Amino acid sequence: MNCEKLETKWIAYFDGKASASERRDVEAHLDTCGACAQRAAEYRALWGVLDELPAIAPSASFDAAVRRRVASEVPTRTSWKWFVPSPRLAFAVSCLLVLSVWFASRPAQVEPLPVASATAVTAQASSEADFRMINDLPELENYDVLTNFDALSDLPATPAAQPASHM
Amino acid sequence: MRALEPVNGPQLSDPTRVRYNVEAMVRSDVQLMLDVKATGDEVSFELLLRKYRCPLVNFLARMVRDRGMAEELAQEVFLRVYRARKGYAPSAKFTTWMFRIASNLALNAIRDGRYRQLEISMDQSVEIGDDRAPSWEVADRRPGAEQELIARDRAAIIQRAIEQLPDKQRAAVLLHKYQELDYDEIARILECSEAALKSLLFRAYETLRVQLAPLVGQQKS
Repeated sequence: MNCEKLETKWIAYFDGKASASERRDVEAHLDTCGACAQRAAEYRALWGVLDELPAIAPSASFDAAVRRRVASEVPTRTSWKWFVPSPRLAFAVSCLLVLSVWFASRPAQVEPLPVASATAVTAQASSEADFRMINDLPELENYDVLTNFDALSDLPATPAAQPASHM
Repeated sequence: MRALEPVNGPQLSDPTRVRYNVEAMVRSDVQLMLDVKATGDEVSFELLLRKYRCPLVNFLARMVRDRGMAEELAQEVFLRVYRARKGYAPSAKFTTWMFRIASNLALNAIRDGRYRQLEISMDQSVEIGDDRAPSWEVADRRPGAEQELIARDRAAIIQRAIEQLPDKQRAAVLLHKYQELDYDEIARILECSEAALKSLLFRAYETLRVQLAPLVGQQKS
């Protein structure tokens, strides 16, 4: 083993994770290489120096803060929450679908009237309604007199527009 | 094994349900997490919290160089673990999963520049001894004030040397030296191959060997 190859096994050798054969290889090299032996001594010392770093203790309120944050974790309710597939939802959608198909496929029950007879019926109904309305108005009891009153025919067909100030 | 005291948390724990016992303590992390997943077991989550709060805060504090930020991030890690309980699948070690979350959060926080350089807060966390203690008492049972000061200075130098490492090298050293994780775990956490990790570690320790040469020299002699 040369110095360059040793570098790949260096860390495992010092942290104790190297296999027995790897350890033997490293130690054999250290016996023959003064520079690497010197570096190995420094690494051993470095390992001890790094252990001097004291541990940091969490603050007294740390646990309580975690519990508070976890407890405040309410299940998130979104507007799509209801859309989670469920048997109830599937049943409702199926019913809706069946009803839609049934309504769409239902034959029409009312026969459409011919256009000409429909117009005639409409006109007759309209004149009857007009007559009934006029007949019911007390001011227009004598309909014949009023319709044949000549003075009324001199009046303009439409009443004059009211001035805006009178509104 | 140290016995856990009952939990006094306002929301998570119900005193009637407190059942810390030896059996609960020897359950594996994966089993504890599976219990949290299956039933939302608060006691199992509490055990995980108690077991990993210190390692997480230590790792994160040295990653982001700010204790306050480290605690916030550690809380976030626990919260994410809790949130992800339903989808938890024990395909890897629990520590791998947890430190991967922590490492990603730390690297993102560093990248976002949200961390602050507060060495004072780090110094405050160092629990070496009480400066106010009378010297005769220190001389009797503990290192003297001068030794205490030296130890504190040495710790600050080591801390600074670790902080000056590139982010990924620092994470690798913290997980390897201080969390004592296996290579395959660290490689998974940092998303690199084992060979790349060993190379990363070698470069990091070489830098530390040079940076800490004065302390290393003293240690040798």
